[in-house]
Amino acid sequence: MLKSSFLKAVAATALTVSTWASAHAVDLQFYFPVAVGGSAAETIQELTAEYVAQNPDVNIDAVYAGSYQDTVAKAITASRGGNPPQLSVILSVDMFTLIDEDLIVSFDDYLTSEEDKEWLNGFYQAFMENSQTDGKTYGIPFQRSTPVLYWNKEAFKEAGLDPDVAPATWDEMVEFGKKLTKKDDSGNVTQWGVRIPSSGFPYWLFQGLAIENGVILANSEGNQTNFDDPKAVEALQYLVDLSTKYEVMAPGIIEWGATPKAFFEGQTAMMWTSTGNLTNVRDNAPFEFGVAMLPEKVQRGAPTGGGNFYLFKGGSDEQNQAAVDFVKWITAPEQSAKWTMATGYVAPRPETWETETMKQYVEGFPAVLVARDQLQYAKAELSTYQNQRVTGIFNDALAAAITGTKTPEEALKEAQQQADAILTEYR
Amino acid sequence: MIKREWIYGWLLLLPAMVFLFAFTHIPAITTLINSFYSTPRGRRPAKFLGVDNYERMLADPVFWKVLWNNLWFAIGTIPVSVGLAILMALWVNDRLAGRGFVRMAYFTPTVLPLIAVANIWLFFYTPGFGLFDQITGFLFGWSASNYLGNPETALNAVIVVTVWKEAGFFMIFYLAALQAIPVSLKEAAQIEGAGRWIIFWRITFPLLMPTTLFVSVNAVINSFRLVDHIFILTDGGPDNASSLLLFYIYETAFRFWETGYAATLTVALLVLLSLLAIGQFFFFDRKVHYK
Repeated sequence: MLKSSFLKAVAATALTVSTWASAHAVDLQFYFPVAVGGSAAETIQELTAEYVAQNPDVNIDAVYAGSYQDTVAKAITASRGGNPPQLSVILSVDMFTLIDEDLIVSFDDYLTSEEDKEWLNGFYQAFMENSQTDGKTYGIPFQRSTPVLYWNKEAFKEAGLDPDVAPATWDEMVEFGKKLTKKDDSGNVTQWGVRIPSSGFPYWLFQGLAIENGVILANSEGNQTNFDDPKAVEALQYLVDLSTKYEVMAPGIIEWGATPKAFFEGQTAMMWTSTGNLTNVRDNAPFEFGVAMLPEKVQRGAPTGGGNFYLFKGGSDEQNQAAVDFVKWITAPEQSAKWTMATGYVAPRPETWETETMKQYVEGFPAVLVARDQLQYAKAELSTYQNQRVTGIFNDALAAAITGTKTPEEALKEAQQQADAILTEYR
Repeated sequence: MIKREWIYGWLLLLPAMVFLFAFTHIPAITTLINSFYSTPRGRRPAKFLGVDNYERMLADPVFWKVLWNNLWFAIGTIPVSVGLAILMALWVNDRLAGRGFVRMAYFTPTVLPLIAVANIWLFFYTPGFGLFDQITGFLFGWSASNYLGNPETALNAVIVVTVWKEAGFFMIFYLAALQAIPVSLKEAAQIEGAGRWIIFWRITFPLLMPTTLFVSVNAVINSFRLVDHIFILTDGGPDNASSLLLFYIYETAFRFWETGYAATLTVALLVLLSLLAIGQFFFFDRKVHYK
């Protein structure tokens, strides 16, 4: 009697232990950055908690890791210390850096069925350009954005322009800009025509101009840049001319952070900035505003931006599979719609836009469609091996041209030489 | 017996030594070793380069630019902040109405974290609707400025923030020193008929020399060490116009991930700082202590 109840107890304990073990079968650590205001961090935490509640055999520890810069630094240091996360959201352009550091694995090994491949093809092609190289997929688009043009309808009306029409070409932007630039009696500008911010990372918006003029700044292998292409020089000349020749934009380096504020204050009638600001502008602009695609030169064009999911080396097959399942879930229509509405990031899969939630959202706020529709013209963002360094050189060159210390041609030629010196060993 | 005292000595030194070695000496030596190797990447381990990194540094225009910037930064911040500190200390050492309030006001910038300070100043400098532009626009009708976005003014704008931040801190040391000077000296001088300027120049200032040494050593170190506000204000730009040596090292190591080259730059910084410290202690020190 005693013996049998003892055995029962053992069996019961064993059972509990085994269910407990299966309940915690897979532990995942997941780093994510936050680059926009609002409730981005809470939304990710909520979504993760929801997933864990639905899938008791997975436990996900979602770690907020600071800015993009902080997150990549943290992920690299953690990996070097032998304690990598299984999953992280990092800038899509850091792909080559992470490959070079040998820290990530491609998703292909865990996406083998036909269904999986179909799923992979379900993302906007523009977002996949920065996520694949050598026929392998290293990044799954998640918090992705693209720049758009915002304009102040009241200022347009005042200047005698049609408030519902944004400039469609470079020439129109200058023409509109001239009408919109207002001066007071002593000749000081009180309202600029347009504002293209250039502090910190001028390359991002400059790419818009370059793509519109028909040049892609880096190849898809990430080992060759086209900084001194005559079309790139022409694009930079246009950017410089906006403030020096046409005088429709404030001279010098223009701060990113203060740009939406300058728009609200009426300091500028148009601004170029990320769609990530959409919700911010809607909530704070004291006037009616419009959102349009970037104007064209020889074609429409815009870069993409933002972060992808990466799968880190060092996880077991089981962990990686669980991580991939989580990525599939969080990019699925319902979750993705939630994420897009909370932040303004562009939902990376067309099917998300077909959900009822999204349709309702779009109906009340059609401006969000502009970014989506611009994607068909969008191209890969500048991304190379040693990306931060190459981009850093390029940023310095752009800043030198914008502030007038070098001519666009001179600056870009030097940048190309320096980039070549770094990238030759990857060719 | 003697032997045991020897052991006690080492035991007492041990805690401090462990930390000094772990966080100062070993990293410094590792840095020196790393500076002769290429940056290890996942796919390519570090290889010995000899003095290649050093040659690259000497040929690197950005290195010379940030070094030059650092020199201007030091010249711009040290004398002004020390001078201001003395002025403020003399001012709040006198009897005046609301002395406590003025002291607190002067010291406030020191208490604020540099990042917060930088964010406040970022607003001051903002073109168009920033504080400075609103004031100059209202008073003189000046047009909008762009101090941070112009290579000629960016570094100066950063210097102003640093002086504002540092002067109050140095003032505290001068205030303490001033209160340690016996009043009898000043009274004796007054009986002899000395004016305020003579009293300051012949009595107060020489007696403040040890403090000045201490403060200037700190100011020199700070001019190489304080870079937090650059991240917020200019990010080193435009085109490295406001980048300093330590900022460039951070950028190279943790943004570009070129740790090998960053180690070389760090060695340059270490050599520079040691030379300055040796210079200050050996040459300046002799002129100070004559009490």
